[in-house]
Amino acid sequence: MVEPAAVYTQSTRPERTCVVVALSGGVDSAVAAALLVQQGYRVIGMMMRLWSETGQEDNNRCCTPEAMAKARRVAGILGIPFYTIDAQEFFHKTVVSYFIEGYSAGLTPNPCLVCNREVRWDFLLNHALSFGADYLATGHYARVVRSHNERFQLHRAVDKRKDQSYVLHVLSQEQLARALFPLGEFTKVQVREMARQFGLPVADRPESQDLCFLGNGDYRGFIARNAPEAIRPGAIVNTQSEVLGTHQGLAFYTIGQRKGLGLSSLEPLYVVEKDVERNTIVVGTIAELGSRELTVEQMNWVSIDPPREPLRSEVKIRYRAEEAPATIHPQKDGSVVMCFDEPVRGVTRGQAAVCFQGDICLGGGIITASK
Amino acid sequence: MRNNERYIYLDYAATTPVDPRVREAMIPFFSEHFGNPSSVHRYGQKAEAALEDSRERVAAVLGCSRGEVIFTSCGSESDNLALRGVAFARRHRDHTNHILITPVEHHAVSRTAASLATLHGFEVETLEVDEYGKVAASDVAERIRPETALVSVIYANNEIGTVNPLAEIGKLCRERGIPFHTDAVQAAGYLPVDVERLHVDLMSIGAHKFYGPKGVGALYVRRNTPITAVHTGGGQEFGLRAGTHNIPYIVGMAEALELAQQARNEENERLETLRDRLIQAVLNSIPDSRLTGHPTERLPNHASFVFRGIDGNTLLMMLDAAGFACSSGSACKTGNPEPSEVLLAMGIPPEWALGSLRVTLGRSTTLSDIENLLGVLPRIVEECRQLALN
Repeated sequence: MVEPAAVYTQSTRPERTCVVVALSGGVDSAVAAALLVQQGYRVIGMMMRLWSETGQEDNNRCCTPEAMAKARRVAGILGIPFYTIDAQEFFHKTVVSYFIEGYSAGLTPNPCLVCNREVRWDFLLNHALSFGADYLATGHYARVVRSHNERFQLHRAVDKRKDQSYVLHVLSQEQLARALFPLGEFTKVQVREMARQFGLPVADRPESQDLCFLGNGDYRGFIARNAPEAIRPGAIVNTQSEVLGTHQGLAFYTIGQRKGLGLSSLEPLYVVEKDVERNTIVVGTIAELGSRELTVEQMNWVSIDPPREPLRSEVKIRYRAEEAPATIHPQKDGSVVMCFDEPVRGVTRGQAAVCFQGDICLGGGIITASK
Repeated sequence: MRNNERYIYLDYAATTPVDPRVREAMIPFFSEHFGNPSSVHRYGQKAEAALEDSRERVAAVLGCSRGEVIFTSCGSESDNLALRGVAFARRHRDHTNHILITPVEHHAVSRTAASLATLHGFEVETLEVDEYGKVAASDVAERIRPETALVSVIYANNEIGTVNPLAEIGKLCRERGIPFHTDAVQAAGYLPVDVERLHVDLMSIGAHKFYGPKGVGALYVRRNTPITAVHTGGGQEFGLRAGTHNIPYIVGMAEALELAQQARNEENERLETLRDRLIQAVLNSIPDSRLTGHPTERLPNHASFVFRGIDGNTLLMMLDAAGFACSSGSACKTGNPEPSEVLLAMGIPPEWALGSLRVTLGRSTTLSDIENLLGVLPRIVEECRQLALN
């Protein structure tokens, strides 16, 4: 088991410590900022202006003019300076390109992971450091803990239902060393109550699975406009390679999808595989949907040194998935094979599989194969 | 400012604090002498007396008669009244359809002219400027035509501080009988505003640029200049600007204009010394830096630069975080980087124009403020360059 960690020691001189808080206009980042102000830090609010499609410039959900106005208002209430950083070009170069390329390759990419690693915890962190800050804080529900061997560990938030360590598993030690997550110790209910006490607006931004740069949430239309070559109709086959129908383009389908296939059969059929080489969709019964074994690449062991021996872990295969017990087998090339005790459903290539042991987020990577 | 031990304001071209003497002069007219100057009774008479006293005082500074001073709500409104009012009146009376402006106008002039072109069919022609953003009278002489309705040339530009040769241009407009307007909003606190010497027919000013309150301005309109109201209603301001007079603010502007013009010579000399120290030190200590605007024919409190390969907005935010309130020259808080039209018109390449910085000094600026700024600016510009590279 991974060694338990000591209490994370923050600077003992907050008045000499400058923290940039990434404000979103929502209640979480507002309370995060308020807590830091209360603790006596010199706090600066920042918000990034992210990319949107032409004609949708004001519709990126992460930075609509309305969200900006709310963030400004929060900064005004707290009496902290607030700056808007233009990240449109950088965001497109990193996150949007990754999204388009992923779908073009038949994957279901998770651009939020790339956004966290490249945009929030690199681009924005660099800006914060250039502004003289010592730390970058966000309203994420997660905790950073310093272990006995001086390593920074990423821990789950106290509020397990709000825990966001899944999307933060991509961070490096250097990034974790500069990260503050003031909400990690609190529940959402407490955060709302604190917002009221601080006199902050308590309205939440609508939480949605949609990606911020898809103004209306229509990723299919977005792919059709931005990567039309990825949209080629092809065959829908069953696991015995019998053709059952036609699909409109691989990017329009997700593993585990049942509706919208246009098939009629006695048993419900689900997308079990997307075959990019043959441009076909393979469907199967619910029994055929589960996977016992995943190959996961681009592993980032956020809290521990890369293991050499197999280890037991609870694994999340999506942000909102339940953890499932598995044995993790490290491979020579740095990838891992995850063997689940029971078959797991909804495994999607391109999404992250993230390993936990209790409260500790060990690390994770991108699912590249399953069986 | 809770987050900063010291915080230095260096954006006096954006706005100035109200002079305490101005504030004192205004206070009786909020709750004590609150009457409407259009009323017959003594409350109204008291207010009217203050209004007309203010008008006399402003007229005295401008060297004009009281009937030539129109009070408005701000410099932008004065510009709108001048352009729209004269353009419509000239078209109505003389069938003239051509408007001549410069590429270094404030948006209050350039966008008003653009609106006159798109919505009302006026032909708007833009003069040229030299590398300092300065207009040449000879260019005006070449482009002015019998059908020119109005010429408008900014007195001193807000972004680059360059002062234009108004008197020369004014003379040649006068010879041709064509109304000549100037936006003197930036200039009025620092430069001579004698309308006879400047040969202007219309001149816009706004009080908050010279330690008066925000929300009040004036337009000088030479007698017999063709002009029509754009804001109609109850006949105030000789029928040119309807709306109940804002007496405390008008009183405040008159007081502020007098004080600024009285202190002008001495204060300008002090500011010029600080300005020149700043300009010389910035150009010496920061690689790939340039002064924008004219080296000598510029506002005494105004220094403006471009730095190659940086984002001006980021520079401003970093300066603010370090305790210095400056500007890029044109306000933009949305974080969408666009090079300034004024800088592009002067032939400054976009990779320089994006990195603009305007430092404008005022009454409370000291040499140590300038030295403090110079202590951090080279490092901050360098940080900005590094960020832009990534």
